[in-house]
Parts: sequence; structure tokens; C-alpha cells
Amino acid sequence: MKQPSPRGDASALLLAVIGETVASQEESLSRLDAVVEASLARTPDILHDEDLQLTLFCLYELHYSGIDEAGDDWEWNPHLLGVRQRIEAAFEAGVRAATVVGTLPAATSEAVCAELFRLTGEDSGPSMSRFVAKSASHDQLREFLVHRSVSQLREADPHTWAIPRLTGRAKAALVEIQADEYGNGLLPRMHSVLFARTMRELGMDDTYGAYLDAAPAITLASNNLMSLFGLNRRLRGAIVGHLAAYEMTSSQPNRLYSRGFTRHGYGEDATGYFDEHVEADAVHEQIAGRDMAGGLVESDPHLLGDVLFGAAAALAVGSLMTVHIMDAWEEDRSSLRTAGAMAS
Amino acid sequence: MSADALDGVGGGAAPVPAHPLNSGDAAPVSVVACPDGPLLIRGDFQLVGADGSELPRTRRTVALCRCGASVLKPYCDGSHKLIGFRSDP
Ligand code: FES
Repeated sequence: MKQPSPRGDASALLLAVIGETVASQEESLSRLDAVVEASLARTPDILHDEDLQLTLFCLYELHYSGIDEAGDDWEWNPHLLGVRQRIEAAFEAGVRAATVVGTLPAATSEAVCAELFRLTGEDSGPSMSRFVAKSASHDQLREFLVHRSVSQLREADPHTWAIPRLTGRAKAALVEIQADEYGNGLLPRMHSVLFARTMRELGMDDTYGAYLDAAPAITLASNNLMSLFGLNRRLRGAIVGHLAAYEMTSSQPNRLYSRGFTRHGYGEDATGYFDEHVEADAVHEQIAGRDMAGGLVESDPHLLGDVLFGAAAALAVGSLMTVHIMDAWEEDRSSLRTAGAMAS
Repeated sequence: MSADALDGVGGGAAPVPAHPLNSGDAAPVSVVACPDGPLLIRGDFQLVGADGSELPRTRRTVALCRCGASVLKPYCDGSHKLIGFRSDP
């Protein structure tokens, strides 16, 4: 991914550090500790903190596609891992504070599945999908794609971290879902490829990170949440719950998103991504709830709370992102940081 | 869901014909009746219409609508949740 623009002291220093060689950066690394500490102490709300979310996003990005000009040997640099853990701890605490986990169901597959369907079926605030279907302008469709592109251009990757951490029924279920996400061996059917096609149809750049500077903190936070859950084995229950919630809240919204693009005269090349999800996720949500999440809890009952936390966290952060976007759209403002990034 | 959708489901006595989405050596078919939701079908099977012609299918495991509300029939599209479908008699 190309180097994003810094959003404050911490991200500026991190980006400067990883642009150089490891050997030359000892002093700056110690300074990074202090800068991050100060930012963490200062932030009123880490979920909406532009500088800290970008810093965490870049630290995670070293494990994904990397960052231009940053050497690959930064990935497992112990100092950077330490910085990441400090931001992660505060981020996780912020997410837990924003998340309500209700009474836990019995630790059986059916009970877990039913509770996940109940949780994800609760109405939670404004509906972006209904707005996109009925009223979104062409610019708002493009904004919507900018927000989504951060995760969808590498759809499924953060949940793939969980595969080697699961066994048995839960693993078979996760792999079954992920294989479908990656197109079952057919590149044109890979979901990230379908999403890139939608972006191109709207005349947008489908390079990963092309619009990252425009994505606000909460959009980065929703991505960081998946990486936090996916990259920490202790949170394997949460990444599983996150995926289940994600699949369970997908079919109907995607049908509405598709309608919004059709309303603006777009055809199958633009709507294919959304249409595919209507059918795929109606399958995935069943597998995810019963076999993956339910299977994991049956084999490891003490993960019950984590699974439900992961699902509730996905919903909580997702709805903060929706609120951010809808608040802006209702006031006829752009929901992006830099509307200029959208110029076609 | 309609009977024609179920016609093609199952290994039964006849060997399952080669299908690009099947695994080759016939795998036992399983049909999971998801509470308040679709029928989830896994394994080697063929899904055919009343005239015997194969229905469009792009994934190995499919969910067949049994609430009647899907607009993607015979596949489930999640509409059962919107209409509050209950599978218990
Ligand atoms: S069973 Fe899912 S839409 Fe009918």
C-alpha cells in the first residue's frame, strides 16, 4: 500500500521510522514510545482518534500487503510489536466499553446460533442500506465505496488469521466460508475482485489504499478491530463471533446496496458484488452461526463469552461507522476526511 | 419450498453425475434443517428443475428457501428473518 499521509505526531513518526532501515532508527523508536504514550494518555475516544487509528492501521498493515518504502523486516520488529500492543490494549478497552454483551446462552451449538441471530436481528440505529437503496446521490455511492474499500479490497483476509487457531468442526466451517469468499479457485469470483470491479465501474481507483487518506478514524477502527481479533490467538473466540455477526447482517443490506447502484443506472458489473453476497451470505450465516461459532463453543465452552463479545463488538463498531456516515449525509456533508480524494 | 427443488437432492440409488462443484468420489449428502431458516445442503448432489435441467448453481453448499419469501428461489436470501418465519409446527 502506498504511504498514507500522517494524521498526527504518532503516525508521522511511525511512517518516518519505517521508511528507514531498522539499524538506523534506534533513537526514533524510543521517541515513538513516548509519543504514543502521550497520545494514548490524551485521547478522549480512541475509536475516533485519527492519529492513533492510523498508527495502529499501519502497524497491522506490515502483516498484510506492507507499506511502500517500509522494509519487510519491520514486520516482526520487537519494538514496533510493543508499540502495537500498547495501542491495542487501549483500543480493546475502548471497544469493550462501547460493547454490551447480554446474558450468555447455553454452550451448545444451537443456543449459540440462536443467540447470534437474535443479537444481529436487533434494530440498531440508522440504516445505511435503506438510504443507499432509496436516496444516496452518485457522490454518496462513491463515498460508500471508499469506506468499504478498506476492508473489501482484501475481503476475508483478517478472518483467515483464525484458520490455524481452530480445529475440527469450527475449522471446517471457517474454511468452507473462506473458500467461497476467495472464489472457490475462480479468480473472477473472488469477493475482493468483484468489489474492485464495482469500483472501476464507478471510475474509481481499485488499488489497495488509494483512498485511505479519505477514510475517517472510525472506518479504520472497524478494520483494526478485525486485525486485533485475528492476530491475537487469545481473541480467537472474538474473531469467530465477529465473522458470524458480519455474515448475519449481510444478505439484506447487500440487496439494498445493489438496488442503489441499479437506481443510478449501473448494471451487473457494478452490482455483481452485492448480488453475490445476498445468496452467499444466506449460506454463510448458517454455517457461521451453527458450525463455526457453535462448533467452537461446544469444543471449548470457555470461549462462549469471547464469541458473543466479538459479535457484539462487530455490531457496536459497525453502527458507530454508520452513525458517522449518516450524520454527515443527513447534513449534506461528505463523510470522508478529504472530499478532494474523491475527485474523478 | 417446491418439490422440484428437492428432486435433485440426494445420492440415493443412482450414482451422482459428475458436477464441477462436486468432489468426485460421491460424498454423502447432508441436509440440515436450520431452525427458522433454510435447508442447508452439503455434499455431492445435483439441483434440477421440474424438467430435469440443472438449476444455476455457483457454490458447493447451498441454502434452499423453505419460508417462501426469498426472491432468489430456490435459494434462501435471508428473507425468512424479515418475515419472522418459524419452522416449529
Ligand atoms: S428460508 Fe431463507 S428466505 Fe426463505
